[in-house]
Amino acid sequence: MAGLATSLGAGAATNSLAQMHDIDTIFLFGSNPTEAHPIVSIHLKKALKKGAKLVVGDPRQTWMARRADVWLNLKPGTNIALINGIINVILKKGWENKEFINKRTEGIEELKAKVKEYDLKTVEKITGVSQDNIVEAARLYSQAKNGMIVYGLGVTEHNSGTENAMAIANLALVCGQIGRPSTGIMALRGQNNVQGSSDLGPLPATLPGYQSVKDDSARAKFEKAWGVSLSSDIGLKSVEMLDEAIKKRFKGLFILGEDPAQTDPNVHEVRHALESLEFLVVQDIFHTETTKFADVILPGASFAEKDGTFTNGERRVQRVRKAVDPVAGKAEWEVISEIATRMGYPMHYDHPSEIMDEIASLVPIYGGISYGRLEKESLQWPCPTKDHPGTTTLYRPPGNDNALHRPVLKAGRACEIYPPGPETLRRNCRKGISLHAYYRPDTRALQ
Amino acid sequence: MSDKKLKITINGKKALCGKDETILDAAKKAGVRIPTLCYDERLEPYGGCRLCIVKVKDVHKPQPACTTRVKDGMEVFTETEEVRRLRKNILTLLLSNHPNDCMTCEATGNCGLQSLAYEYKVDGKRFAGETWDLPIRDDNPFIVFEPNKCILCGRCVRICNDVVMAGTIELTGRGFDSLPDTAFGKPRSLENCEFCGQCVSTCPTGALLDKKGMGKGRPYELTKVKTTCSYCGTGCNFFLNVRDGKVVKVTSDYDAPVNQGNLCIKGRYGYDFIHSSERITAPIIKKDGKYVEATWDEALDLIAKRFAEILAKHGPSSLGAFSSARCTNEENYLLSKLVRTVFKSNNVDCCARV
Ligand code: SF4
Ligand code: SF4
Ligand code: SF4
Ligand code: FES
Repeated sequence: MAGLATSLGAGAATNSLAQMHDIDTIFLFGSNPTEAHPIVSIHLKKALKKGAKLVVGDPRQTWMARRADVWLNLKPGTNIALINGIINVILKKGWENKEFINKRTEGIEELKAKVKEYDLKTVEKITGVSQDNIVEAARLYSQAKNGMIVYGLGVTEHNSGTENAMAIANLALVCGQIGRPSTGIMALRGQNNVQGSSDLGPLPATLPGYQSVKDDSARAKFEKAWGVSLSSDIGLKSVEMLDEAIKKRFKGLFILGEDPAQTDPNVHEVRHALESLEFLVVQDIFHTETTKFADVILPGASFAEKDGTFTNGERRVQRVRKAVDPVAGKAEWEVISEIATRMGYPMHYDHPSEIMDEIASLVPIYGGISYGRLEKESLQWPCPTKDHPGTTTLYRPPGNDNALHRPVLKAGRACEIYPPGPETLRRNCRKGISLHAYYRPDTRALQ
Repeated sequence: MSDKKLKITINGKKALCGKDETILDAAKKAGVRIPTLCYDERLEPYGGCRLCIVKVKDVHKPQPACTTRVKDGMEVFTETEEVRRLRKNILTLLLSNHPNDCMTCEATGNCGLQSLAYEYKVDGKRFAGETWDLPIRDDNPFIVFEPNKCILCGRCVRICNDVVMAGTIELTGRGFDSLPDTAFGKPRSLENCEFCGQCVSTCPTGALLDKKGMGKGRPYELTKVKTTCSYCGTGCNFFLNVRDGKVVKVTSDYDAPVNQGNLCIKGRYGYDFIHSSERITAPIIKKDGKYVEATWDEALDLIAKRFAEILAKHGPSSLGAFSSARCTNEENYLLSKLVRTVFKSNNVDCCARV
């Protein structure tokens, strides 16, 4: 159902936004940041003012497309063909970064064989983009000192988001445009805390911090901290919970701050499922379609009414601070704690900073983060220890950095580049050969 | 490329600086304040207002600190009698065509012109000359323009054109009659303006104002709370300005690592929902098909009781939770913990898409 969101759910941008000023070639794909992400577009505009080249892949003639050196006005849904075509041109012309490929990746021969099908004529036919433009885009990106791919979800088809991400990763890897400042891949997403909410594991297959529920040692760590034994069975995804509700096997649901009865593509099914539940609790700041199905509606606190953190699209963990009192007197963290306590599992925190301390003790990529530090500095994960400065650029060359963010690039089943976690990788694996890169925190070193 | 530091002195004190720095940059680092009006660190230096002039030894004319690059061995003096006199002249001229209604002005306490007039003891009465008497432009939902208070520093025009690249406003007209305005003086609307409020954020006077915050409190009456935007994943920081338990305005945080004081319409003006009358203000329980307000204790007891019953009767696979990509990290973590420790399953998912 939510193929795209799922595939990007564990995604993380490889670099930071401020590095955008020093990009030499921007490859903007399927994103209209002038409208959807105005502040990102301000950073990109600064690069443009400094003379950056701009390649835009988008069927829409956006603000950026109008100013592009090359506008690839592809037919919707032909992204993968276009990117593979560009990779093919790069390999044919010898524009690839051979040193990077040799040292950091495997599987180039398979990739070569695969993208061969995408010769210029074929790609022009599929995508509608002229051959000259394809070659020029390939040249501008591959030959740039620092090329960054910035992509959004605008034109990615829902059922092949993962393949899209893979193709984009391959393009960056072939050109060695990754692992340095002002290179890499930035995915622009919608809601404010997409990153943090996937990092912190309200997910059926992973404990907080992308640690698999199947991983005995990870589970043992959480069991010790939480004082209970934990299930090693992968839980139900949201769709599955709803399916099971219709079948009357799933009975009770707590929905925090979401409105599936309005936003889900299959609203009819969802509403039927919500009706079928025995007991539904919804906490939100406004009445929604979903609250109409609730047995209990709880008032939520807006971001101005509570303390906490959000993690932005560049992995930066930032404070949310309470400016006014919650309208109904309680913030969500208090409500969740009180429900747990009333159900016989005492949960008590005096302040959300204590929750962050607990997160830091259990989630290696957040290991060095605390409210105290966030008062003084800005931190991007991975930040494993109290004296680690955080990480602005992922996938730096080995030896250049500590073990935590050493990239492993290898051939085989293609996987998306988006880190991290074996479960995500497994879920996103597709048959087919290409390069892949994944982020593997060496958690042993951290414990 | 050499990283060699240049040695200069500012008011006799030694300072080290990089070769691309301006005198203003160097002074800032050395903790020396030089007055500015047309300078904003988000913009290219402009050299328009001349307030930042300083004396450089062996250079005949005073130099604008914001546009003059440092040179090795340079000796800078920021407070000589001459530069102070020149600054005072500039301020006198500016105030001679200024309404001077600080009593009622929205910008009082947050106005570059007012604080410099105070510092240089200029009251604007001395050279009262020809003054503007232009109508206030209150023609759109977010931004009020009071042309009489404009000092033509060009900051609004430059931020709109060079940073936002929206091209909404230009300096139109000539000489005494020039003004930052939209094409043909048309009201700002979504057709010609992004309503990012960047122009308001940079205006050093009360000429450009956030309409929604007008009359809601002077800067020193507002408590500023630094926070992170709740709309998109860019993660801009800003200050919520609070008075009497109400958020009345959003202002820029120039130290923000992501946005350096820049904001979009959502971050800057999208705060109404906080105090919306449509907020849910108390727990609500469905009783015999009807929704009735309840206390927290009633609601939470009921929730705990019903979830416990279902768990006992149908087992862990029958209970679960959806989390949201709008909630904080701490909430997401806790919800996950609730499901795993209390509901005893891994039935927790974030149902956000995109
Ligand atoms: S609100 Fe933004 S777009 Fe509109 S005039 Fe001001 S700076 Fe320009
Ligand atoms: S409106 Fe404000 S920012 Fe714009 S030129 Fe006038 S004083 Fe400067
Ligand atoms: S101010 Fe605008 S760009 Fe920045 S986080 Fe908020 S919505 Fe996103
Ligand atoms: S601040 Fe330097 S000339 Fe205006």
